Amino acid sequence: MNAIKEAIKTVSDLWSLMVGLRVTGKYFLEPQRTVRYPWKAVSNIGTFKGHLELVGGGQKDPFKPRCISCGMCALACPSHCITVVKKKAPKPTPEEEKALAEAKANGEKTKDKAPKDPEKFVYDYSLCSLCGTCIENCPAGALSFTGNVYMAGYSRNDFLFDLVVKLRDSQAPAPAEPAAVPAETSEA
Amino acid sequence: MTHSALPDQVAGDFYTNNFAKNAQEGSLILNLGPQHPSTHGVLRVVVEMDGEYILRAEPVLGYLHRMHEKMAEVKTAAQFIPNMGRVDYGHALGWNWAFVGAVEKLAGIEVPERAEYVRVITCELNRLASHLLWWGAYLLDLGAFTPIMYAFDDREKILDILQAPTGSRLTYSYFRIGGVAKDLNEDCLSRIRAFIPWMRERLPMYKDLVSDNIILRKRIEGIGVIEPEVCRRFGATGPVIRGSGIAYDVRRSDPYSVYPKLDFEIPTSDLMDARGRYDVRIAEFEQSLRIIEQCLDMMPEGDVLVKGAPKPSWKAPKGEAYFAVEGARGKIGVYLVSDGGKNLYRTKLRAPGFCNLSLFAEVSRGTILADAVAILGSLDLIIPEIDR
Repeated sequence: MNAIKEAIKTVSDLWSLMVGLRVTGKYFLEPQRTVRYPWKAVSNIGTFKGHLELVGGGQKDPFKPRCISCGMCALACPSHCITVVKKKAPKPTPEEEKALAEAKANGEKTKDKAPKDPEKFVYDYSLCSLCGTCIENCPAGALSFTGNVYMAGYSRNDFLFDLVVKLRDSQAPAPAEPAAVPAETSEA
Repeated sequence: MTHSALPDQVAGDFYTNNFAKNAQEGSLILNLGPQHPSTHGVLRVVVEMDGEYILRAEPVLGYLHRMHEKMAEVKTAAQFIPNMGRVDYGHALGWNWAFVGAVEKLAGIEVPERAEYVRVITCELNRLASHLLWWGAYLLDLGAFTPIMYAFDDREKILDILQAPTGSRLTYSYFRIGGVAKDLNEDCLSRIRAFIPWMRERLPMYKDLVSDNIILRKRIEGIGVIEPEVCRRFGATGPVIRGSGIAYDVRRSDPYSVYPKLDFEIPTSDLMDARGRYDVRIAEFEQSLRIIEQCLDMMPEGDVLVKGAPKPSWKAPKGEAYFAVEGARGKIGVYLVSDGGKNLYRTKLRAPGFCNLSLFAEVSRGTILADAVAILGSLDLIIPEIDR
């Protein structure tokens, strides 16, 4: 009796292997599930959060950052990967200086002439943890994530960008030709 | 290498030397597993062997220690959230939740109802992904290569779904103090709806392919028996304690969020061995799917982030709070002490894997080395979480 039980058990054990093999065989005949990468790419790259970028549209120029150099992003960042350098006010001409002094003497409010957009927006991607705290805390809506998943470099410095330059360069489609530097940003 | 035949200075490093002090005559000290820090999630265990049998085992920790608790002292509460995604890469949203939950408890912040549902859905999806990762990797440990291909096929679908709201695929920092960062849009919800029947269809296939397989049964049945009393003594939680027959699950024992409104079971197993823990995790697939399904039906409209949610400069009020959630590996607890300053005074992270791993030294005694690997895998360890 025991021998028969043993035999039945052995057969059922072996059968479990056959069942497993049937599953493997079934899936072997099914179409490929993986994407053959260099020839084809996955379809959902759009939702990926890549490195930061500045949003253009400041002073109605799509290649000028909307950033107002308030520094909220740098304060909010947990990994200190953002440094915002403010633009200095352009040196006033003698006539302007005179007008300013007169206005002050008359008790009028003088307007700060310093441009609001940043001189430099240094971003160290190698430190960034892509949490999005900077974007959530930006009062001007001047930051966003790119969908760039192909970021690769040979050295650490390849991940240190000036986002202002990056945004400005994005208008020049051919990389061979150096981007024309707008006069107003270069003089500061 | 017989330790006694060699002078101390060539017999290994500090741990090995210390471990070898109490070794029996003629036994073999063996370092099990790689520990190179650049390979994430590997564990070193020093074992003393008598032939093929383990006399003693001692896990060596600290190779992946990243000072998360110290980092919490130099960052504000809202700035610490990205760290939580990196404590446990398998179930990152569980850790996200434990931390933001503790801060919300401390500050008395109410979370909008929709955000609670979004949290449950994403957290359960992440739990499924974590269990699939364990399932594939465990069977890989046991020498079966194919199952991880099937597991990653499904896991990839979950990661694709979670990528839409979170923007990342592994180390999520998605929860915010007072809600979540982004709502689940209609496209994302419809993909989750489509995923549930797909996953349900796959479960019988998993059973056919692996669970009933005689080779697996022979490998994991009857090894690593952990008595419920031992589980309690070591503070084991999650599928480890449920695999020993104790229905302890934070979602039911210390309910939080909307879990009391949801209908689901706590799977347990009386086998107490590696098979029991395997069965519990497989049964949890179905329960997680049930939870997600109910949440999709019950989810109200509304905001996902409370108005005036804490900014990075926000200071937590003075006091202390403890909040625990059920992670894929067990009870994730965060204990906070705030002195009302800019940063939190102390953040204590309770990792379930740490307690579960400590069981290994007890359980592996007297087993064959090959069984010890099967026991280690059945505890579902994520090393960065253990070291923190």
